[in-house]
Amino acid sequence: MAAPRPEIAHWLTATVLLCFGLMLLSEAIVGRAVFRRRTWRAYLFPLLAVVGGIFLWLIAALSTFSTMHLLAHAAWAQAAMIAGGIQLALVRGKLTHAAWSLVTAGALLLTGASFLIHEQNSWLFSRSAFLHHAIGWVLVAGALFPIGEALRPRRAVWTAGFAVTFLVVAVLLYADRDIAPIFGRLGDVGGAAAP
Amino acid sequence: MSSEIAGPLERHAERRRSVRKPARVLAVEAISPLTIMSGIVWAIAQPYRIAFLDRDGKGLYDYLAQGPLLVVLVGLAFGLLVAPGLVTDLEDPDGGAET
Repeated sequence: MAAPRPEIAHWLTATVLLCFGLMLLSEAIVGRAVFRRRTWRAYLFPLLAVVGGIFLWLIAALSTFSTMHLLAHAAWAQAAMIAGGIQLALVRGKLTHAAWSLVTAGALLLTGASFLIHEQNSWLFSRSAFLHHAIGWVLVAGALFPIGEALRPRRAVWTAGFAVTFLVVAVLLYADRDIAPIFGRLGDVGGAAAP
Repeated sequence: MSSEIAGPLERHAERRRSVRKPARVLAVEAISPLTIMSGIVWAIAQPYRIAFLDRDGKGLYDYLAQGPLLVVLVGLAFGLLVAPGLVTDLEDPDGGAET
């Protein structure tokens, strides 16, 4: 069976991120104590991150457009698995210090940087290029929320901001197309080059 | 005012006060319908994103990843699997439920 088109993989990833975002948003609304009252809910976010990392490795293996794509997807897979592993240890109580949130911040920064570095075209080259830049900067900005959690823990604003980061990235990924214009612009080269 | 009138009115107002849901419960309950609504609005705005409605040249993956339907699915899953438990836990101040 042929590998799915990149846009299909991005829409499925957007769906996982939408799940992430809604779970985190509900955690921000009800508070961590209520949210973690049921064990399965406490473990869901870290588990999704680890499983998402496994799927990202799969995409890295299938994403053979270029070495840049391979490296970027591999970086995201590693970031997701490391952040998920740390979150698992935090939920389990093996790790307790709030500063461990900095690992999540680092994972978001690495993910955002990978988006920005592996997109070699300018913002308005095509929709895909625009979205890569936008997602990259949203993730870099989103890294501020786990940093805030590390410095001033247990404030709803950090969880809410973290949740909104995932929701925005999900919306941007849903908007992705392999070849499509952005604000009416799509040059000949942009239309000819499949990402 | 006669107590025969004031009594039932006060009781009615009291009952109405007591059934008013806290904002956090309402917010959690609103997540699912809002998500489902987003998917429906998207489907109406871009019906070609749904492979069932525009079958030309569509493969298996196109049927698996239909954006608007995925959004509706996530909203439904949240509403059926996550929101009820959260609302129960919010309304139970003792926090006895652990499953």
